[in-house]
Formats: sequence, C-alpha cells, structure tokens
Amino acid sequence: MKQITHHLPEWLIRSYAAGSLGHAFSLVVATHVSQCDECRARLEAEETAGGVVLEGLEVVDTSEDLRARVFDGLDEDVAPEPPAPRRKGIYPGALVAEMGSDQPRWRSLGGGIRQAILSEDKQGSARLLYIPPGMAVPDHTHGGLELTLVLQGSFHDETGEFGVGDVEVAEDDLDHTPTAGIGEACICLAATDAPLKFKGIVPRLLQPMFRI
Amino acid sequence: MIETLTIGAETKMPLPQGLRPGYAGKSMNDRSASSEQISQGCEQTDWLVAVRDARDKAAFGRLYDHFTPRLKGMLIRSGMSGAAAEDVVQDVMLTIWRKAHLYDEGRARASAWIYRIARNRQIDVIRRRPRPVPDEMIVEAESREAHDADAMVSLEQEAEQLREALATLPQSQRDIIERAYVGELTQVEIREATGLALGTIKSRIRLALEKLRHELKDLRDE
Ligand SMILES: [Zn+2]
Repeated sequence: MKQITHHLPEWLIRSYAAGSLGHAFSLVVATHVSQCDECRARLEAEETAGGVVLEGLEVVDTSEDLRARVFDGLDEDVAPEPPAPRRKGIYPGALVAEMGSDQPRWRSLGGGIRQAILSEDKQGSARLLYIPPGMAVPDHTHGGLELTLVLQGSFHDETGEFGVGDVEVAEDDLDHTPTAGIGEACICLAATDAPLKFKGIVPRLLQPMFRI
Repeated sequence: MIETLTIGAETKMPLPQGLRPGYAGKSMNDRSASSEQISQGCEQTDWLVAVRDARDKAAFGRLYDHFTPRLKGMLIRSGMSGAAAEDVVQDVMLTIWRKAHLYDEGRARASAWIYRIARNRQIDVIRRRPRPVPDEMIVEAESREAHDADAMVSLEQEAEQLREALATLPQSQRDIIERAYVGELTQVEIREATGLALGTIKSRIRLALEKLRHELKDLRDE
C-alpha cells in the first residue's frame, strides 16, 4: 500500500460514522478509507465510540408487531445479495458503485480537462476530474468546503503535494491553483458542499452549462 | 496460530460460566474454542458470536431485547418517525442474523458492528440511494482467526474504559457526545463540538484506535 500523507480530518470521519455527512462527502470518506488502513482504523474507533453510546441509550417502547416481523423473518429464504462492486483499476469499489460502471462518463471542459459528475444534491456535489500532466485547474475559490482525493497521478498547489490516496481539505477561503504533476494525468474525486466558482479561464456565464 | 492462542489464553480473565448462550456442547473447532477462551466483559459480543457460529436463536433473542429499543430510540432522535424507525430496526435485526458470518470480534464489538449496520440502512432509506461504504478489507480467514483472540480482549478493555470515561463526564458534555453519535448534530456542529466536549474522551478513543490500527497492520502482514 502506497504511503498516504494527507488523511481525513477526525471530525469528517466522526460525521460519517454518525450518519451526519451528505452524500458527496460520504463518497470521499468511503473512497479514502477503501485505500487507507490508518483511516479505516480511525473509522472503526469512531464506530466503537458510537456503539458504546448506543449501548447506553435510554430504551423506548417497541411494538409486538416488530418482534413478530423480525422473528418470522429468521427462517425466510432470501436470495443472496449481489456482491459489492470490486475495485476496478484506480477506482475503489465504493466509486465503482457510484459510477454504476467501470469507467467514468467523461465530458470535456476544454483545455484537455474532463469531468464526470457523480452526484448532486442540496448538500453538495461530487465529480471526477481528469487533468492532463502539468496542467493547472483554473484559479478558483469556493463557497464551502472542498475535498479532493487523488486516484491517479498527483497535483500540487499553494498548500502542498498530493499523491494517490491523499485528500486535500480546502476551506472556503482558500484561493488555490491545483496543478497536475508531470508524467501522468491526474485523476481525482472532488466534492464540495457548495458550487465551485471559477475565477479564471471559464467565464461565469458558462458555469451553469458546465456545472462547475 | 497455536502460539497466538496461548498468549491470548494467558491474558484472559476468568470465564463467567452460564453467561455463554449457545456454547454448551459445541464441538471444538478453532473458532469457537478461541472465542470461548478469551471472552470477558461484553455479553452482547458473546451473543453475536453465538448467532454467527451456532445460529443460536436464544442468543439472537437477547440481542433483539437489548438493541431493538435502543436502536429505535437512536433512529427517532436522528429524525425518523416511530414507524419508519421500526422498519429500519427490522432490517437491521434481520441483517444481523443473515450477515453474522461476516462479523469479526477482533475488529469490532457487537455494538459497533450493529451501529454501523443501522447507519448504513438508515441512510439508504432516507436518501433512497446506497450510502457509499468502504470496500471490505480482503483478509485471509486463517489470519483473521489467529488474531481474534487477543484482539478481542484488548478491544473490549478499551471500549469498557471508554464507557467508564463517558459515564463520569459532566452531564452537559455527555449530552453533546451522545447527540453527536446518535446523529442529532450536523457535520458543522460535530466539527465544532469535537474540540470541546469530545476533548475529554478523545484519549480513550485514541487508545481504541491504537488497538485497531495494530490489528489491521497484523492482518496486512500475514
Ligand atoms: Zn487516511
């Protein structure tokens, strides 16, 4: 397993464990944990704490009907679930499940940059980005938090170097210019809890069309 | 394998006889032997192991009685109606029964495993789309069994101390922590609360983490 140096912040793992994280950020957590034993252990520690809290909760009344439904279900034959999607190349199973296929459905953004939108809801959006070697993503700020997880290649910006498995957590006030490393295109999973606002190349008017 | 089990046996506490549903007369295969030798403290975990290894319905009944009223309470507090919460609890309990073979007591206490199943199901239902979940670690069954013995003991110890630490916190801090894990807080609130109320039990979570980190590393090294 490759050395990962930029991990998920604790509060993000805790929010995931507690079910308080939106879909887009949950996808980043699941994808990172799929390839990072350190954060897998941290998630399991959070779930240990969640379980301890669960055990100590006050009890509420449950219906007799519930009991009947559960115990009647024990002897029922149920068809086995289809196996969870497996990792395909650079895409962990968590992402394959989200894409619904082995390969992203790329759309060109111009300049060799491509994106594939995976999910969008009122809590945020997640997409894959393909950035040719050495290419800079237009200078941008964002209205919320942005998580970027590298799946192939690398990128660097004002805050550091990010290789495969690394997650960058960019606060809303970070004005940065991520640039792909040379040699290999950088493919990353990017999630925000607000729409991105590009300041550079792409005119504002085009934003709705590209949904960036 | 044998060496590991011996080390595990030396660190064990005396077994509370009679608290072990489903084990009487069970054949001595590797797994049940190791589970039986090292058990201490957490009877919920014992019940779940009995469900897994012996398809023990009495043990499942104990799990049902213990967790169902608490799971329902947790789901209501995180925003579900009573009826919707019972539907999720039904799915969770049946998932426990049907997927017990996937339970690994060296990696999770029963309550942690059940907590995760409940969250997965709850979010699948609320969002009407599958919750993104991490890929399962591919671990050889052999190495898993060899590690379960001591792994479970120290995990139980850390979790027990975590429980005690939580119980001795001032009420206001305990409330925040409970609300965070029950699912009453937003991601922003969890982020803010983490530095404050959670500070005092952080060291306990860290110790559980050390344990799990070690366990995963051992599994990888096999
Ligand atoms: Zn990590």
